[in-house]
Amino acid sequence: MDSVITDPVTKAPFDVESVRRDFPVLKGKAHGKPLIYFDNAATSQKPQVVIDKLVDYYSNYNANIHRGVHYLSQKASNEFDVVRSIVQKFINASSEREIIFVKGTTEGINLVASTYGRKNVKAGDEVIVSAMEHHSNIVPWQMLCEEKGATLKVIPMNEKGEIIMEEYKKLLSDKTKFVSVVHTSNSLGTVNPVKEIIRLAHERNIPVMVDAAQGIVHSTIDVQKLDCDFLTFSGHKVFSPTGTGVLFGKTELLEAMPPYQGGGEMISSVKFEKTTYNEIPYKFEAGTPNIADVIGLGAGLNYFSGIDQAGAHAHEQALLKYASEKLSAIDGVRLIGTAKEKASVVSFVIDGLNALDVGMFLDTMGIAVRTGQHCTEPVMDQFCIPGTIRASFLFYNTFAEIDSLIEGVKKAIKLLKN
Amino acid sequence: MKIEEIEKSIVEDFELFDEWAEKYQYIIELGQKLPPLDDKYKIEENKIKGCQSSVWLNAYSKEGKVFFEADSDSTFVKGEIALLINVLSGQDPKDVVETDLKFIDEIGLRQHIAVTRANGLASMIKQMKLYALGLNSKQSA
Repeated sequence: MDSVITDPVTKAPFDVESVRRDFPVLKGKAHGKPLIYFDNAATSQKPQVVIDKLVDYYSNYNANIHRGVHYLSQKASNEFDVVRSIVQKFINASSEREIIFVKGTTEGINLVASTYGRKNVKAGDEVIVSAMEHHSNIVPWQMLCEEKGATLKVIPMNEKGEIIMEEYKKLLSDKTKFVSVVHTSNSLGTVNPVKEIIRLAHERNIPVMVDAAQGIVHSTIDVQKLDCDFLTFSGHKVFSPTGTGVLFGKTELLEAMPPYQGGGEMISSVKFEKTTYNEIPYKFEAGTPNIADVIGLGAGLNYFSGIDQAGAHAHEQALLKYASEKLSAIDGVRLIGTAKEKASVVSFVIDGLNALDVGMFLDTMGIAVRTGQHCTEPVMDQFCIPGTIRASFLFYNTFAEIDSLIEGVKKAIKLLKN
Repeated sequence: MKIEEIEKSIVEDFELFDEWAEKYQYIIELGQKLPPLDDKYKIEENKIKGCQSSVWLNAYSKEGKVFFEADSDSTFVKGEIALLINVLSGQDPKDVVETDLKFIDEIGLRQHIAVTRANGLASMIKQMKLYALGLNSKQSA
């Protein structure tokens, strides 16, 4: 079945076996069984080119950047600086100055809440998030609202796990000072109509932040087309090292924002009487950055850009459809998150079975899934479930692997139902 | 039987298994056989809350010995509890406080379970020891 997936544009087949060879870990084993990696929504695997890039940096040109006058520092600075341009092109930002390196999505959101939020949200104001946010796009806004005496408003979702746009329209008001929504839900797979969400907020001049932690690897992200004011993602979910992330912000907003952390690099001049801050993006990058991993991020994004995007997307959608159909056909299995627009994330529960037990059983077969609340406790509460079993696919996964998952789920039911 | 003797027999049982899958299934079977806990004990004070499963632990004493009964929404966790109950229930509280429970490492449980689950297991043991400690100090007072 793996051979039938073709690129919808070029009609060329998507060569799964070829891309699998790029990822050394996929040749590995778990508990002595061939590894089947379905925990991609937690983190993607890394291609050899990214691993090589890290080794090359540490082996050949490890140095602190931007202030060194020597050869190594120059080389490291050049390799680091070029990544900003790679990211800019990758998300089609209008300027490199709009790209800030952060630790990950969580830091991206906290940065905006702490700087833009603190400056602009006042007592009595409202901040809007959706019902399907990851905790990292809830808690920073809650903290801000508590500090300022503002209110957090939540866009409800329907039983399929889709945002109810009519309710969103009703929430928007003169009190609304900010909207922060997830592009693609990590626990449900729902792809939200972020472009429309942004358009509606902009009618009232309300800025919008997009959490693209999942969206970055499943959709083509173009910040100018979306017209989002802020967007953030983590490198590790898009074939790059952990500890890397990107915050995009529109120039005029970033320039008007106070700095996040104080320290080196973010300053222009330091006197004991008064410090003046550096220009964007450096104003938000205090201290020595994560040099090696950011250089790895460049390699990861370049790798992803070199993949046949349309073919990869079509393959992931085919995997999603195949897994959803096969799982639904099993007696007692219920899919959680059945939105019309979905990324290749399948969350499900099994009647009478604990998700942890099933996840651990699948692990004995070498199948890596995620179980629990996926840092989206309010989502679980809405569906009245303690947690789900989540299998999330990337283009390097195969139909044969999904067959193993199905077999595993059937065996788990047989074993665990007493 | 003394704690060490029961531990030894559990380790011997687990030596029969080569693969983690077999150990998992054995623990599941233990969980399925664990007698249910009366609903009246499934209260907040008895709950050991974990990220992915909940455990209710009830303890009582009889003739100077400490007894445990417990339940969980996860069968695997119930299996872990069954192992602990086999070893610790009906023992002298002082022995429960002092035991290292070496068998957990010897059966290779910790190397296979996730850190969050290992923390859950540690919380259960801590709770059992705390109860035994309370009972022990009452008895020596």
